[in-house]
Amino acid sequence: MEALLHQFFNWDVMVKAWPIMLKGAGLTVLLCLAVIPLGLLGGLIVALASTAKRRRVRWPVVVLVDFFRAVPPLALLIFISAGLPFAGIRLSPFAAVVLSFFLNNSAYYGEIIRAGIESIGQGQREAARSTGLNGWQTQAYVVLPQALRNVLPDLVSNTIEVVKLTSLASVVAFAELLYAAEMARSVTYNASPLVMAAAMYLLLLWPAVRLASSLEHKLRS
Amino acid sequence: MSRTDLFLDTFFNAAVMQRYLPDIIAGFFVTCGIAVLVVLTGLLLGLLLAVVRSYRIRWINALIVIFVDLLRALPPLVLILILYFGLPNIGLTLSGYVVLWLVLSLVLAAFAEEIYWAGILSVDSGQWLAARSTGLGHFQTLIHVVLPQAIRLTVAPLTNRTIAITKNTALGMVIGVGELLNQATTAQSFAGNATPLMMATIAYLILFVPVVYAGRWIETRFAWKRA
Repeated sequence: MEALLHQFFNWDVMVKAWPIMLKGAGLTVLLCLAVIPLGLLGGLIVALASTAKRRRVRWPVVVLVDFFRAVPPLALLIFISAGLPFAGIRLSPFAAVVLSFFLNNSAYYGEIIRAGIESIGQGQREAARSTGLNGWQTQAYVVLPQALRNVLPDLVSNTIEVVKLTSLASVVAFAELLYAAEMARSVTYNASPLVMAAAMYLLLLWPAVRLASSLEHKLRS
Repeated sequence: MSRTDLFLDTFFNAAVMQRYLPDIIAGFFVTCGIAVLVVLTGLLLGLLLAVVRSYRIRWINALIVIFVDLLRALPPLVLILILYFGLPNIGLTLSGYVVLWLVLSLVLAAFAEEIYWAGILSVDSGQWLAARSTGLGHFQTLIHVVLPQAIRLTVAPLTNRTIAITKNTALGMVIGVGELLNQATTAQSFAGNATPLMMATIAYLILFVPVVYAGRWIETRFAWKRA
């Protein structure tokens, strides 16, 4: 028991690791602030393109979405940060992380928003057009507001996944929360910084998980 | 060298492909093996938890909810590192394979429990009462009446979640599991060429594109009909 406490809940180690953990947490938040809006924006574009009438617009997007849904995000990240330099394309760790998460998240958010758009009946569109709104206005004022509301639980739970995904950035030496914890662990030979990182992720995500859970149950009942 | 040649030499180098194909294939099968094990244990454990939850014993359900919330909120990579680097110092050494399997199974179980539970709740309570009044016990009602209807609703979300979690087998790379991505990055650093990463990407496509398509088909077939 003592060994367990010493190994996982070592107060001295935690106090020592605190400053770099805090810096790491800051970078995780920064990464989220970059990656979530970009993913939502990409997802919106993907969803609009994959519900377009024209086949030429639709199928390339569908192929891309399936590609990014089939490749593990870590494989994509490593491809971009370690593979592309061989072809002379060198990105900073931050840029590599943001680019690979943008591609991956756009596919997932896109699928969710598409499901939302498809849940809106054709009658709504026709009614909107008959009042004189044009195609874009119909999407912006009639279809999307309802579509997004219908898939809100899925959007929230995917956003939780996106935040968890940022921990992968530690693998390519971007100094976010998990990277800081891993550094502290390897210096102190003690797993307490990792437990600390877990606690910080919980602090950040537990409210979101509760929200997602209650939204899911509300929708179904 | 022209631009096209440079591109082909970097990502589709035939010599490198030939040299590292056996490694990539070995990694491919490790990934498949772990994925299958994770799906089996994760989905079974999730179902078991949902069945236990249906007995509505307050303190057990509180534990299940805490377990589910924890595993939904924590990044799997954090759990993997804690188990892999923390446990040996208290005298319990698990191999990278076991840690990867264990963590991903628990994460899948947590998500699966939520989905099964939502499915069970969606079955009208009248069905429970009717089944119980014919003399079926709680467990019999669950097995013969409720679950057959509930499972149907869970197929689509469960497939999507299962795909997302089995793709996390790539995290094994970080703790030295000889799976696909690990083989590819090792080969890449030996070869000084990005071809192995391209091979791994193609291998992942071979493995997961059929599953993604199956998921899409299931989704349209079992979809919730919304107005």
